[in-house]
Amino acid sequence: MADMNLKLQGMNPSDQRTLAAGVLARRFALPMVIIALVILNAAVTNNFLSTNTMWNILLHVSTTTLVAIGMTLVIATGGIDLSVGAVMALSAVFCTFLLDYPVVVILAGTMLFCALFGLLNGVVISYIGVQPIIATLALMIAGRGIAQVITDGFLVTFTHPAFEALGKGKVWSIPVPVIVMFIVAVLVYIVVRYMTYGRYVEAVGDNEQAANLAGINVRKIKLSVYVLSAVFASLAGMIETARLSAADATRIGELIEMDAIATVVVGGTLMSGGRPHIWGTVLGAILMGLITATFNMNNIPYSYSLVIKAFIIVAAIYFQRENR
Amino acid sequence: MADELLLEMKNIVKNFPGFKALKGVQLEIRKGEVHALMGENGAGKSTLIKIMTGVYRHDEGTIVLDGEDVTFKAPVESQRKGISTIYQEVSLIPYLSVTENILIGREPKTRLGTINWKKAHEKARAILLGMGIDIDVRQPVNVYSTAIHQMVSIARAVSMQSKLVVMDEPTSSLDDHEVEVLFRVIRKLKADGVSILFVSHRLDEIYTVCDRITVLRDGEYVGTWPIQELSQTRLIAHMIGKSESEAARLVRMKETEDKTNEKVIVKLAGIRQGNRVTDVSFELHRGEVLGLAGLLGSGRTETAKVVAGVMPADGGTIHYDGLPVRFRSPRQAIRAGIAMCTENRKTEGIIPNMSIRENITLANLRQFSRFGFVSRRKQNQVVSDFIERMGIKTPNADQKIKNLSGGNQQKVLLSRWLALQPNVLILDEPTRGIDVGAKAEIHAIIQELARSGISILLISSEFDELIHNSDRIVVLRDGRVIGELKGGDRTQDNIMKLIAEHSSHKEWGGEKANGGHESEAAGHEPV
Repeated sequence: MADMNLKLQGMNPSDQRTLAAGVLARRFALPMVIIALVILNAAVTNNFLSTNTMWNILLHVSTTTLVAIGMTLVIATGGIDLSVGAVMALSAVFCTFLLDYPVVVILAGTMLFCALFGLLNGVVISYIGVQPIIATLALMIAGRGIAQVITDGFLVTFTHPAFEALGKGKVWSIPVPVIVMFIVAVLVYIVVRYMTYGRYVEAVGDNEQAANLAGINVRKIKLSVYVLSAVFASLAGMIETARLSAADATRIGELIEMDAIATVVVGGTLMSGGRPHIWGTVLGAILMGLITATFNMNNIPYSYSLVIKAFIIVAAIYFQRENR
Repeated sequence: MADELLLEMKNIVKNFPGFKALKGVQLEIRKGEVHALMGENGAGKSTLIKIMTGVYRHDEGTIVLDGEDVTFKAPVESQRKGISTIYQEVSLIPYLSVTENILIGREPKTRLGTINWKKAHEKARAILLGMGIDIDVRQPVNVYSTAIHQMVSIARAVSMQSKLVVMDEPTSSLDDHEVEVLFRVIRKLKADGVSILFVSHRLDEIYTVCDRITVLRDGEYVGTWPIQELSQTRLIAHMIGKSESEAARLVRMKETEDKTNEKVIVKLAGIRQGNRVTDVSFELHRGEVLGLAGLLGSGRTETAKVVAGVMPADGGTIHYDGLPVRFRSPRQAIRAGIAMCTENRKTEGIIPNMSIRENITLANLRQFSRFGFVSRRKQNQVVSDFIERMGIKTPNADQKIKNLSGGNQQKVLLSRWLALQPNVLILDEPTRGIDVGAKAEIHAIIQELARSGISILLISSEFDELIHNSDRIVVLRDGRVIGELKGGDRTQDNIMKLIAEHSSHKEWGGEKANGGHESEAAGHEPV
């Protein structure tokens, strides 16, 4: 988005206009589509324009967004993390062991536990040199397997009001998961935009070799994004567990890696690596949620919304291709 | 047929969003001539070539090829009409055989529709023999040297019955011997009536093979001259748009200085690395520009990479500032004050989608930040300083580096390393693919840095560049130091003589110990 800062002087006015229009179109395409959808729904859908509906849509996408924020960082380094769903399952199971402790301990302990799996991913990828898709595929399969073995395939139910609030609670009618989602998004955005870490992530994804020769600790950076991805997945896992008051090792986070990847792409981060677009990811998730809501609330079969989503993913990729 | 026109491009205009790349350019190529297209980076050469070969489409103007009005919508169309291109980075398929690379898509078939390999190999061999190259066409191309790759690309062009072969910096990855072989092929093509459009930044090459020169500047047509009527200084003057005397000043030679009495900053002893570096020892003094000469594959780059911590040494010792060191990563070397500007700007230098500001400050971002937060203000101070000092041509520091010309990219990278305030700066082919104007500026920067006390290790395939810029030259061959040249001994002949004297086996068929790089290389074996 640095293109916006292109100095427009020294060009003739019509060139300036086409250039500015192109940049604006790419920068604001996502918000504009979202606004258009909201307007459409306001006209067509009953009860759409209520605060409850809005929070519900955000609530539905909150865990996917959390996972997608981590995925954005991973993809920005040129990698991919397929193990997020499995990490959510591990997180769900592990947090039930800590239910006797205060909520803070449950949160911190589970995130730490899942961070170890992220660390495993990171070490295998950046120190052993296994391709990210393979390394995380292994954990995607094994992680869920471990979670299922621990619970013996059963649903583990519990009652723990304080912890359940993480998934069910509301603050001034705002669902807690939505608050968590925005806090994480803002924090990660600040890190990416204003701190050295964000530059290093972008440099590694854009040209790993050059980044290494510029003295950046490429391995450490790559390792770190997988750890962060696992931590955010762990948070998402706990939110869903708290919402259900049960740890469901089999179903939790199923196929979430695909939704997260699609969200990242729609948000404007390139699959080949480079600048991470955190807000793009958040908006991408909201767009996906809006589409689902539009179809559900108008009683159109869910399968139709899948087709529309696919269309949006393709359109996003089309708009992101390099200008020639 | 001499004056008959093959290609005529008139009033070509090409607009890109934001700027006009070509503002009414013309180009006339005669049948059977070698035509040089000259101009600084950003002058519009590449754009013109891309229009000619169908990669881009022009917005205004006409193209007449062999009397026929043409507009190419895709590279395939221009190829069908007999225009083929050989790019700087060779585009061959490494694991396919030479034959397959030459005949790909046009393999002779048997009656059953399968490839007739016998006939294919014969055909490929015949084409190469016609160019005076005798190699085993059944081998995959990647077993051969870069020069052979270049020849195979040309063979592919020739076998397509091309009328015009566009060579965009074909010599940038070749050493002097290999260039000779290329020139022989060019002369042969010319004799067969094929026209050649030749783009190179090396003036001596232009004057060796070309018949006429067209000069572009800032997207405009400057003129076309027969080569005999245009002196080198006048050519440079036309390219940079300055007076002849100013051009002459830019290309003046450096006075050599003996810095061997100064303190030794880097000392290599018996360095070994892989199979490229077998035994390299030399000393680099404070404020000295030490040139590393040698042919491609002599271990120049690998030696430099050992010093910069990019590759670990397998044996030998490195002393830095009097202490033994062993860098295990570029990071360690950088922290110690050794910076290396590598030869591959694209793959090892620039972070293409990041801004000039981020590219300059990347290697020492910590200096510009507190508690991990980057200070845009501190960055801007240093960056605007470098943009001015280096003469980086850009509207502002937010420009993505990939949008700059090669010369300006190189200046940004030099800034990155200088921002570190290093003690030792290693420059590997700092001016490859860079136009004369920017080249002279970079040479001036090198001198200025050395005067300020930085020690510089300079690597270049162009012996001229080494002679012009270094105080002392160490010559490498097969991973060994085979000699050192100082003061007035630093001549191209002396370098070639050293290399030839130490040639233990015939690598270049016809020529041996007499150092005759001008003699015609007859046989040509894989290196």
